[in-house]
Amino acid sequence: MIYINGTASISPQPTLKKEEFLTEIREYRANMLQCIEPDYHEFLHPNALRRLNRIIKLGWAGAKLCLDDAQLKVPDSICVGTGKGCFKSTEIFLLSLDDNKEQFIPPSPFIQSAHGSIAAQIAIQTGCKDYNMTYAHRSFSFESALIDALMLLKEGKYTNVLLGGVDEIEETQFKTFERAGHYKEPEVNNLQLPETKSAGTIAGEGSAFFLLENQPNNNTYAAVKSVHTFSNPPDASSVRQQIFYFLEQGNLAVKDIDLIILGLNGDVQFDPVYADLSGTIFKEQPQAYYKHLCGEYHTSTAFALWLAANIMRRKEIPDAIRLNDRPPDKLRNILIYNQYRNVNHSLTLITGAG
Amino acid sequence: MTEERNKVFITGMGIISSLGAGVQANLNRLLEGETGVGPIRNLETRLRDELMAGEISYTDNELAEISKIQDLRGISRGALLGVIAAKEAMKNADFSDPAVRTGIISGTTAEAMTNIERYLQDFLNNDRKNEYIESQDWGFSTEIIARETGINGYMTTINTACSSAANAIMTGTRMIEHGLLDRVLAGGTDALSKVMLNGFNALMIVDTEISKPFDRNRRGLNIGEGAAYLVIESERVAQKENILCEISGYGNSNEAYHLTALSPDGEGTAQAMNNALEKSRLQVGDIDYINAHGTGSENSDLSEALGLANVFGENPPPFSSTKPFTGHTLGSAGALEAVFSILALQNNLIFPNLNFKDCMDGVAVSPATEMIRNKQISHVLSNSFGFGGNNTSLIFSKVRL
Repeated sequence: MIYINGTASISPQPTLKKEEFLTEIREYRANMLQCIEPDYHEFLHPNALRRLNRIIKLGWAGAKLCLDDAQLKVPDSICVGTGKGCFKSTEIFLLSLDDNKEQFIPPSPFIQSAHGSIAAQIAIQTGCKDYNMTYAHRSFSFESALIDALMLLKEGKYTNVLLGGVDEIEETQFKTFERAGHYKEPEVNNLQLPETKSAGTIAGEGSAFFLLENQPNNNTYAAVKSVHTFSNPPDASSVRQQIFYFLEQGNLAVKDIDLIILGLNGDVQFDPVYADLSGTIFKEQPQAYYKHLCGEYHTSTAFALWLAANIMRRKEIPDAIRLNDRPPDKLRNILIYNQYRNVNHSLTLITGAG
Repeated sequence: MTEERNKVFITGMGIISSLGAGVQANLNRLLEGETGVGPIRNLETRLRDELMAGEISYTDNELAEISKIQDLRGISRGALLGVIAAKEAMKNADFSDPAVRTGIISGTTAEAMTNIERYLQDFLNNDRKNEYIESQDWGFSTEIIARETGINGYMTTINTACSSAANAIMTGTRMIEHGLLDRVLAGGTDALSKVMLNGFNALMIVDTEISKPFDRNRRGLNIGEGAAYLVIESERVAQKENILCEISGYGNSNEAYHLTALSPDGEGTAQAMNNALEKSRLQVGDIDYINAHGTGSENSDLSEALGLANVFGENPPPFSSTKPFTGHTLGSAGALEAVFSILALQNNLIFPNLNFKDCMDGVAVSPATEMIRNKQISHVLSNSFGFGGNNTSLIFSKVRL
């Protein structure tokens, strides 16, 4: 088993202080939820602070908060998932190309436009010179990084992996994908997301990190048992089959799932698969949801894993994420199921550390 | 994982580059010593008159025809290139057995650029180009390749800049070693883009002539485009007659130095090579040829040469960069160069490092400058280094059946 021995999350909710776990919930009346950011002066030298783009700062701050939680200075290896990476810097660079007719272009946005810059900055800040990987595949980005991290720890070369899921939303991307029908119009209240019954969702962002190790310690939150991804299932019944198969692989049945965390996002076109699961195989299980808190983004499952890890440690489910009122009799296994627009589907199984 | 490792074989390969479409076309041009770098004809850019590139001669429409893709909605040039290379790689493989768990892992760094640089103003101002909105994303080409080849298992995309495809091959190999997959289509695709051309040009690391890797007077790189994919399989499912070589080692390291530069002492590049050697359990003397990263840029070549000297001593095995042939194809370079490394193994060849004249100051290693034929090549090491200090080395070994 692989243990979560440290974690941190920067999100649109007040999640920076680890002692408070969703005790205060932020309500938004905008369809683009952005992070409550820390004071980056605590994380970066003033020169770096001025130079670096926002997502690199979000990534490093999330990583540093996680390392602090794990009381570690230098991780052995780094795996990051980020769907959109530093796309904002590419856009800035591209707009300056258009404005200046491809002449006398300042290179600084280009320097920071590579996806790998987020993991690279963490390597620079910590001096971690070993394994460093960045996955960028839509809603599989974080899952791919997690699968890699699990392999790394099994290989035995590294004692720990710093794993992160980082994405940002900004005006240009929001407008563009709103045009493509990904986001709701007009504005909705995030806390009423499941009741909106309209097409599209709300955009979000976040930076969540985990320190994974082969051994538990006195800061262990939970253990990650397994991860599975699948694409383009033809119908809800094949999603159920995938879930049965996944649980079977872990010698579990649906009744062993003490909490299912669903990635429903209020999009009337794509939420029915979640409703199917809530109403059928997981009908008797406690259910939760989370995208009303963080919005929809490619690596939102990193926020969901942070939730699951904290729920497991505290043995309590915050009211703000409950989808039904069935109380769990125990909290031994938590399953996260997410999909985006019925293309990338993922299952992550978390279990108690004891 | 430490005991007997599951062997991983390459059983198919496909490529499209400025040297041509297909493995044979690429080999022919390499043997003729003829570069694919030349004037820019397809990409619309002001830099067309100033810079050369390793541009593929086919237009998007021609590529669409070659790829035989029916559904071209929202398509990108990178996806077209990727599908062409992937189909060639898979031509010998039987993908019909559902019991063989098959995945796709692709590396790309410019995938989202080619359509956004054409249509961003439309995206912001009108509904005319909405079909292209979802292609401004790195997973796009991977999903199109999966769709067109019928791969419906594990799928992911790696973006670690210029080491993306090498990392995709490494990750695919590891997933097979772990028993998570039986077969992986691994490689990468990147099309020429205005963003990358201008970006590297703004950093002043683009040579206006054909690049001169490892030469004292090198002035930078040429940007190229291309795609290459390998079919990699576990020992259990690989058909003997399809085996091209074994992937015997891989290593990854990070410089922890700078977002766009390599450490000047070569420590990071050496670590990637050492990690790969350690994994393969080969000795430095076993390596017969090194396909270097060798972009032709001031910083990267020096760091790589120092890394080579550090790992292999003052007389490293013959090495060369094939980038003066193809240009630097960025996210797909590691896959193109994997194909060239396999060609070196198959044909007992060492490709020349074009345009090299004088050794660099400070490090006395020099690349092979002539085609070397009929030298027994058993193990080839291939280097790929990327922005963010991300270094990856792969080792390909001949299989004697």
